[in-house]
Amino acid sequence: MRLKRKDLLGIEELEKSEIEQLLSTAESFKEVSAREIKKVPTLRGKTVINLFYEPSTRTRTSFEIAAKRMSADAVNISVSTSSVSKGETLKDTAKNLEAMRPDCIVVRHSSSGTPQMLSKYVSCSVVNAGDGAHEHPSQALLDMLTVKEKKGRIDGLKLSIIGDITHSRVARSNIYGFTKLGAEVTVCGPPTMIPPGMERLGCRVTTDMNEALRGADVIMMLRIQMERQKESLFPSVREYSRLYGLDDAKLKGAKDDVIILHPGPINRGVEISSEVADGPYSLILDQVTNGVAVRMAIFYMLLGGTREEAQLK
Amino acid sequence: MNRLVIKGGRLIDPSVNVDGLFNIYIMGGRVGTIKPADRDTTELVEGAPGLEVIDATGLVVLPGFIDAHTHLREPGFEYKETIKTGTQAASSGGFTSVLCMANTNPVNDNASVTRYILDKAKAEGTASVHPIGAVTVGQLGERLTEFGDLKAAGCVAFSDDGVPITDGTVMRRALEYSKIFGAPVVSHSEDPRLAGAGVMNEGAVSTRLGLKGIPNAAEDAMVARDLSLAELTGGRLHIAHVSTRGAVELIRSAKARGVNVTAETTPHHLTLTDEAVVGYDTFTKMNPPLRAREDVDALRGGLKDGTIDCIATDHAPQSAIEKDVEFDKAANGIVGLETAFSLAYGLVEEGGLTLDAIIRALTINPSRAFSLNKGSLRVGSQADIVIVDLNRTWKVDPSRLKSKSKNTPYGGRTLKGVVIKTVVNGSVVYDATKENS
Repeated sequence: MRLKRKDLLGIEELEKSEIEQLLSTAESFKEVSAREIKKVPTLRGKTVINLFYEPSTRTRTSFEIAAKRMSADAVNISVSTSSVSKGETLKDTAKNLEAMRPDCIVVRHSSSGTPQMLSKYVSCSVVNAGDGAHEHPSQALLDMLTVKEKKGRIDGLKLSIIGDITHSRVARSNIYGFTKLGAEVTVCGPPTMIPPGMERLGCRVTTDMNEALRGADVIMMLRIQMERQKESLFPSVREYSRLYGLDDAKLKGAKDDVIILHPGPINRGVEISSEVADGPYSLILDQVTNGVAVRMAIFYMLLGGTREEAQLK
Repeated sequence: MNRLVIKGGRLIDPSVNVDGLFNIYIMGGRVGTIKPADRDTTELVEGAPGLEVIDATGLVVLPGFIDAHTHLREPGFEYKETIKTGTQAASSGGFTSVLCMANTNPVNDNASVTRYILDKAKAEGTASVHPIGAVTVGQLGERLTEFGDLKAAGCVAFSDDGVPITDGTVMRRALEYSKIFGAPVVSHSEDPRLAGAGVMNEGAVSTRLGLKGIPNAAEDAMVARDLSLAELTGGRLHIAHVSTRGAVELIRSAKARGVNVTAETTPHHLTLTDEAVVGYDTFTKMNPPLRAREDVDALRGGLKDGTIDCIATDHAPQSAIEKDVEFDKAANGIVGLETAFSLAYGLVEEGGLTLDAIIRALTINPSRAFSLNKGSLRVGSQADIVIVDLNRTWKVDPSRLKSKSKNTPYGGRTLKGVVIKTVVNGSVVYDATKENS
């Protein structure tokens, strides 16, 4: 089974059935990572370029491991945006990479829309590994997979996303993904971190943390960037943490079977306390494990053959 | 002496309330006589030496358009545009005069740069070029330039366009001092701190795209300041590229109070909303940004009731180096001279604006705002004329634009209203029928 599209640029443009296919494919690939020899030959001979314009350990490693477990050749290119020589346009970069005949370019960039632009310049597949404050589709897929595993469903669940919504690509992708699968999504944060027209993405908006926690089946905490203090988005880490950090006391207002996600890396004691991050409700490490399976599924459904083939090997 | 006769066209000249079939006789670069076509018994000898006759039957004849806001890029950025290519673009868009902004390199902040531009325009230009001098030295917003020297060299206005003048006192002094010369100060009214690192309009679309937004308040706040200063000083203020409904309202009420202000908006702010940014096409990135539908409607309303005087292109050529890059990094601006008339005429076709209103905004209004004594076709006027076909359509093919840069968001669009011929000083400088098609 392949996706009907060349690229995976965002969750917004995916149909519900495509998300479901990606999730069920990822489920079937989880088993590969549990094997002693964690490799299938499915994508032998395929070349994947990880083009990262923004520092990333987890996501880049996860894509790299996913490609390797599928027997694809993975090449990592880290570009600091500032060092890109003047005069070479994004189009030039894209055309040069394409000339090496990769099958897929995985791109992360601090500027929203860059994967979309890249996809117009190259004929190979482009996977968005996070663009600015726009989308992070593989993160949303792994979040959905994690919730689906734990709760058995997504339809009818209540998800609350808490933190810096304005700058969060994770929030946007998850709003699209979870609402398409029938969940109800609420975003919560200080008004300085909720952009105008947010509800038009299909979510509810609140600035009251207790309201966001009440009745939620899933709580997703977002990482707060300390630098945002300088932009007057919040007065101090201390106050942010008191108002919007998740600790045991605030968690008392949540459901007994609530689960807690965080895209990482976490700021312990800022948006999430250590007790909560390491506590029984936290699925933070399951998310990381599922990240590999989801990315294997993405490669497979963009570059691979049939699903039957994958199971035979 | 060369003679040019434009026969049988529908002459529309709002400045003198003329709309009818006329023959226009041009001699020595000036309008000689204008005779009603049905009562004109003049016999023209076909093929007489020095006589050119244009049959404008079925076409519309207008005073040449005046663009109050062009970036010709020369000197300094000749890879984007030159005075030659920029005026060719103007000619093919029906513009016979362009006012060129001072943000060249070096900045047009002294008479030698002004003279360089005018010399080049005289030697290579196909349209009249009226330079706008910088308000402050180097456009740094600190020290006033020598307005007197710039004016004497040929500048018709002063502007730091591209860089807002953040220091209120500098703006105040500019408005006061320019009164000596009766030349307007053209303000790029934007609070740069409120605009921040924004790259598009702030609203639901920027939220969806994850791009940093520029709130309307960044423009509204500065327009309010500039209007207050114009009121305080009695100076001549012209607000460049108005893009927000708030600014329209502020200008409307200032005009009602008698503040000496004129304003312009652009064809793109009149025809596109921030929805155009979906897809991250860097040709939709400009400053001020494309706004919301409510703003577009307010701009059209402002044009209709005279709050906004001019349609100006903000023609801003950028090369691939500036545009084939990430949206955040891409330079602002689009080319506009060659699509302006058709886009403006599209508003007439859609309804809501009269042909008269858009012609005024392209001719007599900018002429009056900048004291150019143009934009009108009367006996003795400089023969700057454009002939258009309002029934024909054309498809925008960026590769065929005269401008050196091809950064237009209208590529592939079919527009109604075609410029057939452009006449500057009695000479045909653009002839669509001689273009390779």
